[in-house]
Amino acid sequence: MRDFSYIAATTIPEAVALLDEKGESARILAGGTDLIVQVREARRDVDWMIDIKSIPEVNALDYNATTGLVLGAAVECYKIYADDAICDAYPGLIDATKIIGGTAIQGRAGVGGNLCNASPAADGIPPLIVLNASCVIAGPNGEREVPVEDFCTAPGQTVLEKGEMLVSMKIPVPASNSSSYYLRFIPRNEMDIAVVGAGASVTLDAAKETIVSARIALAAVAPTPLFAEEASALLAGQEVSDEAIDAAAEAAQAIARPISDMRGTAEQRTHLVGVLTRRALNGAIQRVREAA
Amino acid sequence: MARRSHVQTTLNGETVEFLCEPRQSLLEVLRDELHLTGAKEGCNNGNCGACSVILDGRLVNSCLVLGVEAEGKSVETIEGLADPDKLHPIQDAFLENAALQCGICTPGFIMSAKALLDQNPNPTEHEVRYWLAGNLCRCTGYDKIVRAVLDAAAAE
Repeated sequence: MRDFSYIAATTIPEAVALLDEKGESARILAGGTDLIVQVREARRDVDWMIDIKSIPEVNALDYNATTGLVLGAAVECYKIYADDAICDAYPGLIDATKIIGGTAIQGRAGVGGNLCNASPAADGIPPLIVLNASCVIAGPNGEREVPVEDFCTAPGQTVLEKGEMLVSMKIPVPASNSSSYYLRFIPRNEMDIAVVGAGASVTLDAAKETIVSARIALAAVAPTPLFAEEASALLAGQEVSDEAIDAAAEAAQAIARPISDMRGTAEQRTHLVGVLTRRALNGAIQRVREAA
Repeated sequence: MARRSHVQTTLNGETVEFLCEPRQSLLEVLRDELHLTGAKEGCNNGNCGACSVILDGRLVNSCLVLGVEAEGKSVETIEGLADPDKLHPIQDAFLENAALQCGICTPGFIMSAKALLDQNPNPTEHEVRYWLAGNLCRCTGYDKIVRAVLDAAAAE
């Protein structure tokens, strides 16, 4: 592997100062399951790895029923799905954390790294989009927040500027009568990369018959994970029905602009957006209806 | 070359110190510096699980951990599993079930199985298969491995 230096930062200002000083030659190390492979395979030139796992803020995993979830950027998948309150509040996020890699990957990898790696196929990002999450970013000029759907700008590229790092994701408290769901299509049962992924969140009325609001997000059908804004808006005020869900699925297909590659053709991916969007919406609706 | 770092870690229950470059993975440190060759290099990118070890109680791919990250942590490898006079029950179960052929994947499978049984002493077959999904075996077809882990769970 390429030669580099390693620094374990212990505070956000220390990490930010290092990032600002080293610029493009520095990279944040959290779980390392993407970064170490990229450096080893000479796909990324890194002279400085800045390990952030000793910084308290990036290890935050605080759920509060009135303020929501603060999910630190370095929190590993296994800690997220081991937390019963988080499983109850954000099942769509749990769906994703359980299928990112296998057991050993989930022991190191987190959703924050999934975001910063900015793969179009990242399983962790659509659930954050449908859950209305925002990214807390620290930098030389202080802190700023960016909606998750605006964080990735191209494959492997994010809004992070020189000296900036992702600290945490903030997810609001779910509305009553709401739930979320994420699924992907892969040709085997586990340990694979999404051909297409779809996430949905829905809020139903008290009778659980009418959709108050919904959000749909897609993976692996564009250079970045997509928020299907128009498809989501179509569902607001609609009674739960196959027709309403089909219309939303068609609107989601309309914004997909997939490529053909070794995992699937553009045509298959567009078809899958329809199938998976319907399943994600129905899955989220079923979860609302099954909840006490 | 980046300066070699001094690292102190607990390895199979004993305090160990070593020097390593930042670019050396924990797998390389275990094999090349500490001469513990049980963990194997298969893919070196996190797909095959042949390098699986337990780091602070969690199963990890040691090819995806830097050696310097082991500072102050506890590492368990296949070498620490057996007692001096008898094998670990998972090792016995692998032998009884003939759950190995060439053996390259075996230390990874056994460490993965140990991590599973440490937290879930009575897994279902479904749970075993999903837990072991990150460990690849090109000889056995997996069935004997899954039976061995279920047998070990029943024996413990």
